[in-house]
Amino acid sequence: MNAHSEIQAAPLLKVEGMTKWYGHIVGCRDVSFKMRSGEVLGIVGESGSGKTTLLNCLSGKLEPSSGAIQFDTRRFGLTDIYALSEPDRRRMQREDWGFVHQNPRDGLRMRASGGANVAEPLMNLGQRHYGKMRRATIEWLDRVELDTRRIDDKPRHFSGGMQQRIQVARNLIHGPKLVFMDEPTGGLDVSVQARLLDLLRELVRDLDLAVIIVTHDMAVARLMADRLLVMRRGEVVETGLTDQVLDDPQHPYTQLLVSSVLQI
Amino acid sequence: MTTLSTSRPNTAERYYNYAYLDEQTKRMIRRAILKALAIPGYQAPFGSREMPVPYGWGTGGIQLTAAIIGPDDVYKCIDQGADDTTNAVSIRQFFAKVADVATTEDTGEATIIQTRHRIPEQPLKAGQVLVFQVPQPEPLRGLEARETETRAMHAYEEYGLQYVSLYENVSTYGRIAATAGYPVMAEERYLMSPSPIPKFDNPKMDANEAILLFGAGREKRIYALPPHTRVRSLDFEDFPFEVQTWEESCALCAADDAYLDEVILDDAGAKMFVCSDSHHCAERRAAGHVGPMAGHQLARPETEPAQ
Repeated sequence: MNAHSEIQAAPLLKVEGMTKWYGHIVGCRDVSFKMRSGEVLGIVGESGSGKTTLLNCLSGKLEPSSGAIQFDTRRFGLTDIYALSEPDRRRMQREDWGFVHQNPRDGLRMRASGGANVAEPLMNLGQRHYGKMRRATIEWLDRVELDTRRIDDKPRHFSGGMQQRIQVARNLIHGPKLVFMDEPTGGLDVSVQARLLDLLRELVRDLDLAVIIVTHDMAVARLMADRLLVMRRGEVVETGLTDQVLDDPQHPYTQLLVSSVLQI
Repeated sequence: MTTLSTSRPNTAERYYNYAYLDEQTKRMIRRAILKALAIPGYQAPFGSREMPVPYGWGTGGIQLTAAIIGPDDVYKCIDQGADDTTNAVSIRQFFAKVADVATTEDTGEATIIQTRHRIPEQPLKAGQVLVFQVPQPEPLRGLEARETETRAMHAYEEYGLQYVSLYENVSTYGRIAATAGYPVMAEERYLMSPSPIPKFDNPKMDANEAILLFGAGREKRIYALPPHTRVRSLDFEDFPFEVQTWEESCALCAADDAYLDEVILDDAGAKMFVCSDSHHCAERRAAGHVGPMAGHQLARPETEPAQ
C-alpha cells in the first residue's frame, strides 16, 4: 500500500528536493513530500538529525540551498515561498501560518500581557476595534482552558504549561492554514504534557488544521501525527502513516528509534 | 591662538567654526534633513557628533539647529514650554555665542524654535522651523528590541505591534492612558514618535505650516515633517484619540485652552495650574487676562531678562 505517498488533491504544501548546507556540513538533504490541509505531519529523529533545519526552511526562516517549497497561500495560490518578495512572504506568514516554539519565551512577548499576546496577530492583520479583539481573546483563552480572569497578567506570572497554552491561542486566533510546532511539549512535565497534547489534538481536529510537528518524543508523534517523516543525518530515512511506521518500522534506524522508547 | 586673534582683530575671538560644527558636518546633517523631509516620518541616519552637552540634553536638536542656523535667524529655545528654564537658557546662550544670532522669547518672531517636550501654543507660520530634541526616535522600540526587525517593520508598513501598547493601555486603565510620546502616522505611511511632547500637542502637528525637524543625537537619527503633512494619532475604533483636558484654567492668565503644569506651592499641598508655555502666558497677561492667582510671584517679571 502506497496510498500515503501520493496525494491526488491539490497539496497545501509541496516540498521538492530541498537541501540545506551549512558550508560543507549538510543540514538536511533532498527532502521531498506533500501535505494536504487538515493533515498532521510529524518529523521525528534524534538530536542533530536535521529536524529543526527542516522546520526552519519550511517555515520561511531559513532559505534552503536548493530545492523548492511551495505553499497554497490565500493571497497568491500555490507558490514558492522563497520566490515571494520579503514583505509578501512576511505577510503570508502572518496570515496563513502559526509557529509554536518549544520555549514560550521565544514565541511570546514577555513584556506584554497574556491577552495582548493573544490579540497581537489580529492587530497585525489590521483589526483596530478593541472590544472585538477583547472578546476574541477571551474566547480563545477559554478554548485553551485558561482562566479568562487572568487575561491581563503578564506571561511570567503563568506556569510553563499555561504559557504554552497562551502561545497556542496566539497562534490559532487568526485562523491559520498551517501551524508549525517545534517540540511544543518539550519543557513540560508529563501530566501537563498529556493535558496539552489532549488540547492540541482536539483543536487540530476541530479546526481541520494542518500541522507540522517536530518532536523527538515518539509518544507525542503517536498521539498527534497522521504521518511521520523519520530523519537521520539530514536525510529522510522512512515515511509513512504514523501507526505503520511505529508498529512496523522498516529502516534499521527507525527500528532502533522505536525500540529505544522507555517503557514503564 | 595669537595668530588667530591677530588675524581677526576686530571680531570677538572665536576658536570654533560658525555655529560650532565644522562645515562638512553641517553639510552631512543638511543632507540627512533633506532626505528626512523628502520621506515624512522616515528616520534618516546621520553621523551624530560629540556635543558639549551630554546625551539626553538635546544633542540631536542642537546639531539640527547648528546645521540650519544663519546670522539672520532669530532663535528661541524652550524646555517643557518655558523659555526661562536652565537648559533652554543655556542652549539659547550657546547659539547666541557661536552663531551670532538674535534670540527671542516671542514665538511669532522666531525663525528657529528649538524645543524639548512641547509645541508652542501660538500656531506656527510658514517660514518657521521647529526643532525637536528626541531621546528615542523608534516608537516600536519598547516592544521590539531588534533594530533589524523594526527597520523591516517600517519598510513593509507592519505596524500592528504598536497597537499592542495601546491595547495594554486600555486593558489596564480602561482608556488609552499614554500621555506623552504618543505615536502618530505621517502621511499614512510611516509610524513616528513625536518625541515626548504631550499628546495635547499631537493635533498641532497635523497640517502644520512650519517645518518640523526631529533630531536624536544618541540614536543618530533625523526625521521630519514638511509643512502641511497629514499627521494622525493612532487609536482604536472604539477608543478614539483624545487630548488631555483640565478642570482648572491657568492661575495666572485664566487660559482654559492651553497645556497646564501643576505646580506644588508648599508642603501643605497648595498648588496652582499654570500655562506650560511661558511666552503664551506672559502675552495673555500683558493683554489683560487675569487668573485667580494673578500677581503670584511666578508671574512677576524677571529681574534678569533671558539672554
